[in-house]
Amino acid sequence: MPILDHLWIILALPLAGSALNGLLGKNWSKTVVNSVGIGSVSLAFLAVVELVREFAQLSAAQIPWVRNYFTWITAGTFRVDFSLRVDQLTIVMLLVVTFVSLLVHIYSTGYMAHEEGYYRFFSYLNLFVFFMLTLVLAANVVLMFVGWEGVGLCSYLLIGFWFLKQSAISAGKKAFITTRIGDFGFTVGILYLFWTFGSVDFEKVFAKAAEGTVGVGTLTVICLLLFAGAIGKSAQLPLYVWLPDAMEGPTPVSALIHAATMVTAGVYMVARMHPLFSRAPIAMFVVALVGALTAFYAATIGLVQTDIKKVLAYSTISQLGYMFLGCGVGAYAAGIFHLMTHAFFKGLLFLAAGSVIHAMAGEQDMRQMGGLRKEIPITYWTMFIATLAIAGIPGFAGFFSKDEILDAAGSGPHANLSLWLLGLIGAGLTSFYMFRLIFLTFFGKPRYDEHKVHVHESPRSMTVPLMILAFLSIFGGWFAAPHLLGKTDYFEAFLHPVFAAYAVQPGIEQGASLAGAAGEAGGISPNPAMELLHALTGPPVIVALIGLLVAWWFYIRRPDLPKKLAESLRGLYTLLLHKYYVDEIYAALIIRPLLWFSTNVLWHVVDEGVIDGTVNGVARVAREGGEQARELQSGNARSYATWVVIGAVGFTALMLGFWEVVR
Amino acid sequence: MNAVPISFYLVLSAVLFGLGVVAFVFKRNIITIFMAIELMLNAVNLAFVAFARAWNQLDGLVFVFFVIVVAAAEAAVGLAIAIALYQNRDSLNIERVNLLKF
Repeated sequence: MPILDHLWIILALPLAGSALNGLLGKNWSKTVVNSVGIGSVSLAFLAVVELVREFAQLSAAQIPWVRNYFTWITAGTFRVDFSLRVDQLTIVMLLVVTFVSLLVHIYSTGYMAHEEGYYRFFSYLNLFVFFMLTLVLAANVVLMFVGWEGVGLCSYLLIGFWFLKQSAISAGKKAFITTRIGDFGFTVGILYLFWTFGSVDFEKVFAKAAEGTVGVGTLTVICLLLFAGAIGKSAQLPLYVWLPDAMEGPTPVSALIHAATMVTAGVYMVARMHPLFSRAPIAMFVVALVGALTAFYAATIGLVQTDIKKVLAYSTISQLGYMFLGCGVGAYAAGIFHLMTHAFFKGLLFLAAGSVIHAMAGEQDMRQMGGLRKEIPITYWTMFIATLAIAGIPGFAGFFSKDEILDAAGSGPHANLSLWLLGLIGAGLTSFYMFRLIFLTFFGKPRYDEHKVHVHESPRSMTVPLMILAFLSIFGGWFAAPHLLGKTDYFEAFLHPVFAAYAVQPGIEQGASLAGAAGEAGGISPNPAMELLHALTGPPVIVALIGLLVAWWFYIRRPDLPKKLAESLRGLYTLLLHKYYVDEIYAALIIRPLLWFSTNVLWHVVDEGVIDGTVNGVARVAREGGEQARELQSGNARSYATWVVIGAVGFTALMLGFWEVVR
Repeated sequence: MNAVPISFYLVLSAVLFGLGVVAFVFKRNIITIFMAIELMLNAVNLAFVAFARAWNQLDGLVFVFFVIVVAAAEAAVGLAIAIALYQNRDSLNIERVNLLKF
């Protein structure tokens, strides 16, 4: 079994691609850079496919499959191995990450074709894939943290890819620093975890947690600290502020890093750590609460944004909230399912938005678009499919996953009606702002200057990834389709071993989302047709359709209405338009006091006064001492002779014991 | 044989050495300073010889031979420097040789 024994190959491929392009790519032609960049990722994808084939032949006892390559750190009992681990959850993540990365790499050859630093872009992108795969494959928390920070670094580098643009640099710094706040919690969490469990290895930690010897309070603290990292990385309240700004980066980056993969690392981490979270009910509730609040909150901001990428950014924050809501109510599989479908449809939305921007020669304001439907049909149709998917229209990927999450929030073992309601309203808002985006961009009359902007469909390298993702946005959720008929949810069933292994009470944890199976066991006669009807007319579908209709009414039927509504609800509209003034509040409460303190105390007093004063003082003593001492070097040979004599006399006196006499 | 006591030699040696030191410090003419150095060397030689005789050992004599050889070499180099100096400065005054400072 070659790949299973050599898991490191999956990591080495993108790393090699990154190193080659980064170190040597400067003088290479675009063709060579392309083949190195895309080649390494497609080989990694093929390796993952082969891994899946081999993984399917493993017996249940061999999973999780852990391979230890070398010991990285040892200090006393603290020991970190470079060990990689494969289980069903890893397989799902590996497939999503490598496949979406591959598509984004291909897309980038078209999108970035006219940019400077082409090789640099591909080098960063490959490096990102490397770190993301490290994060997913890691078999202990510390190695996971390496990947976790590495993707953050790549995110920073790629947001600030156009480093001559001031706003891009600030956005990069903002992303890096904001996530660092969360990562501080994550680091402390890792330390506490080691302190409590005596190991950072997943298997050992989970086994010990399952014994039940560790107190609930300790577990809660650890989980909350770890979740702080997830809040930063996955842009949840209150640390979400960096993600909208991250849209300064090139659009393929937004699609790959800030929609499909990196930002979902927090969800993956919570799902990976489920044995701890499941035993800390308060932490679980916090996860669900933060998720539901973010899902709703970000959706409200998305309603009024005019920048096409900003709408998608807030939408991403909101959808990540759903994933956390799913994990928080114990439906980890549903959260991961949404992670996967979201990677498809949100990746597609961003890539399609990039295609729109490409067609409009850089214009991102939806008020300057309109009527693009006929000009760029492929982009239109794929984006429309993605919108149907994210809105949760039955039959599309997002429907299945979002339905499962809301189902678990509404009727699972950890159900909470108010969280369910928040998620439901959020779903309606999602539908509304996404169709608003579609209607503003592709319908109505063109609002751009048709003589100046020459709208054109994107090249094949961009449209083919769009079409593949559109296919997945439709069918990517159908693994779960039998669930609607009261049968097995294949995605759920695939992940079941992972989440059942350390469940608090086997069966209960997954009971929520395995409702079909539970229904049969519970004796409620499952009528497939009724189940299907129930799912298709459930509240999530109804709110999605309402959102669609309202958007249609506002932006197609009566385009004058939005303005009137904004006039009559002036206060609310301005509040939303300014994103609840959160950036301003953070600036006033945190950034400005910190800046003042840093400038006036740390800089002018501590740095300039104390540190510079000490260093310069030492230098001045040496210089002035030297000034005095150099007078001895007079150039007068007779004075030197005198010094020699004095020295000789003094030394002789010492030898003769003169010193003893004086004393 | 009524030998002269060693203390006589040592006093003489110390007086000669002292004269050398004084001349070495106070004289300005480079030839005179040079001669002062020779005087000190020979004062030390005298002390060595006196000790060698007093204790009937050859070590002191060997030392003296070495000192004489070194003094000869030194005289050759030193006089060469004195000549070079005179050619450059038209003077043998040590105080006019003071460029190497600070």
